[in-house]
Amino acid sequence: MKIEIMNEKFDPWKALVDYKKNVLLNDSSIGATSVFVGTVRDFNDDEEIDSMELEHYPGMTEKYLEDIVNTAIKKYKIIDGLVIHRVGLLEPTDPIVIVATWSEHRDNAFNATRDIMEALKAQAPFWKKESTENGFRWVTPSVEQEENTNEI
Amino acid sequence: MKIYVKYFASVRDLMGKDSENLKIEDSLSANELWKSLTVDKKTPTRVLVAVNHEYVDKNFKLKDGDEIAFFPPVTGG
Repeated sequence: MKIEIMNEKFDPWKALVDYKKNVLLNDSSIGATSVFVGTVRDFNDDEEIDSMELEHYPGMTEKYLEDIVNTAIKKYKIIDGLVIHRVGLLEPTDPIVIVATWSEHRDNAFNATRDIMEALKAQAPFWKKESTENGFRWVTPSVEQEENTNEI
Repeated sequence: MKIYVKYFASVRDLMGKDSENLKIEDSLSANELWKSLTVDKKTPTRVLVAVNHEYVDKNFKLKDGDEIAFFPPVTGG
């Protein structure tokens, strides 16, 4: 497993190829690779986005991402999982996150990648602040994500 | 007892600082601490709380040396 928080722009496709080659050593039991890549859009709520700042809670974020990937590894018996997430200043088209999983068969990799991504969005402490022509604004989660029970 | 408090994102903007060391009375809950810290502030409707890097319920009782964090709903990915 690899969890990484990056402060610099990264190439998710290179990270994917490098991990499969250098860490998984092109494991011949892998039958499926499932990948999700999230990128910065240039619009949100009908406003143009110039740039975005992403912050996280060092320590807690990594802990939650590790727990989330471990849960998926156990649940779907996948071979391995990779999560790289950006923080810092991002511009439209920049990659924000890559989630990749490897398994023997496609269902497990598809489901694991989806589960990891949904859990990341619901639990991992990251916050987005968008810069528009009207100034900065903190992003609020969409309604379907509003299920956290740990509110004050 | 002593605790370390951290604030993130819009909650940090509200508090005007990113962290502080506090001395508090024993067995204060997360919610009681939040209320006491924000008596004079217009607080957002939704705030999450974590203690020692784990989400906790608002009634969680704090212990000496705890790191408690208050922040808005998360928006990663």
